[in-house]
Amino acid sequence: MMPYSILTAFDIVLISTLLWLAWKMLRSEDLFKAVVLFISFGLLMALAWVRMRAPDVALAEAAIGAGLTGPLFLSALRRMERLHKDERRVNIDEERKSETIFHTQQKETP
Amino acid sequence: MRRYSTHNKRKRLNPVLLLVLLLTASLTILLGRAILTTDYQTERLGDDVAQFQKLSGVESPVTAVLLNFRGYDTLLEVMVLLMAVVGVWSLTQAPFPGKPIEPGPVQLAVVRLLTPLMVLFAFYLVWKGSSLAGGAFQGGAVLGGACVLMLVSELPWIKNIPSRHLRIGLLAGPFVFLGTAILCLILEGTFLAYPQGWAGSLLLLIETACAVSIGLTLACLFAGGRPKDDLSRGRKR
Repeated sequence: MMPYSILTAFDIVLISTLLWLAWKMLRSEDLFKAVVLFISFGLLMALAWVRMRAPDVALAEAAIGAGLTGPLFLSALRRMERLHKDERRVNIDEERKSETIFHTQQKETP
Repeated sequence: MRRYSTHNKRKRLNPVLLLVLLLTASLTILLGRAILTTDYQTERLGDDVAQFQKLSGVESPVTAVLLNFRGYDTLLEVMVLLMAVVGVWSLTQAPFPGKPIEPGPVQLAVVRLLTPLMVLFAFYLVWKGSSLAGGAFQGGAVLGGACVLMLVSELPWIKNIPSRHLRIGLLAGPFVFLGTAILCLILEGTFLAYPQGWAGSLLLLIETACAVSIGLTLACLFAGGRPKDDLSRGRKR
């Protein structure tokens, strides 16, 4: 009936991991964590495309889905934080300093 | 201090979310039912593609469909990418740092080693697209990745690239694609009907131009705004 009815154990693990990652990504409170989950989701999705015998889509997914959209989200996140702090790239040193402060504060408050 | 990378409120399972969940679940069930009840023996377009494969000028069926049989769709996709850059450029200027920073020696070495390799691999993907997996979009994505690598290293010369060069690069793909299509219209009488025997080389030309444009498009989207010297005659903030 179906062209690929052989669901190997690997496929089942892959599918459940994808679903779990998607759920964690949507429910994550930390946007940075959500982006990291999104990148890993993209890479695993590329693997799923390979399993579905679509190497072209897998290549595009790995390069665009995980490799480019992820960094795009990260830079958007960085810009969002900067806009909220009303710092418009006046001085790169100040920015670096405030970023390190921000990160240490993040570590202190889990 | 407020943490801006987090949501302010914890998401709870409110009625709206529950409704969305219900709708998604029913859509999934419907899709699953559609897949299970589809008869895969009749109406297979793959046979048609295999039949006309030799006429397409390339060996890979995916490339044949994307650029020859359904070339019109790909042409529109390339235009959509161009429109995306136009949108981003019209919004804001690229936020480059005021003072250039010195990247670490390891980072510089990695950029120096990886960038040429990535460019080479991008064009290998375009070249291989005629027979195996690969093509303009994949090659362009790798090219875009190389550009993003240079952008995050904040190399000092990168913000001084004249916008005219960027514009030429961004337009190369759509221009070559559209030009070929119009040339086909004049020579063959049909939009995007490649002349006999010329299809292979024309497809490679289109793919190379499109890969350059797609790579630049993705890099420009990552940079997040128009270059400094762009729109010099226009209104400024």
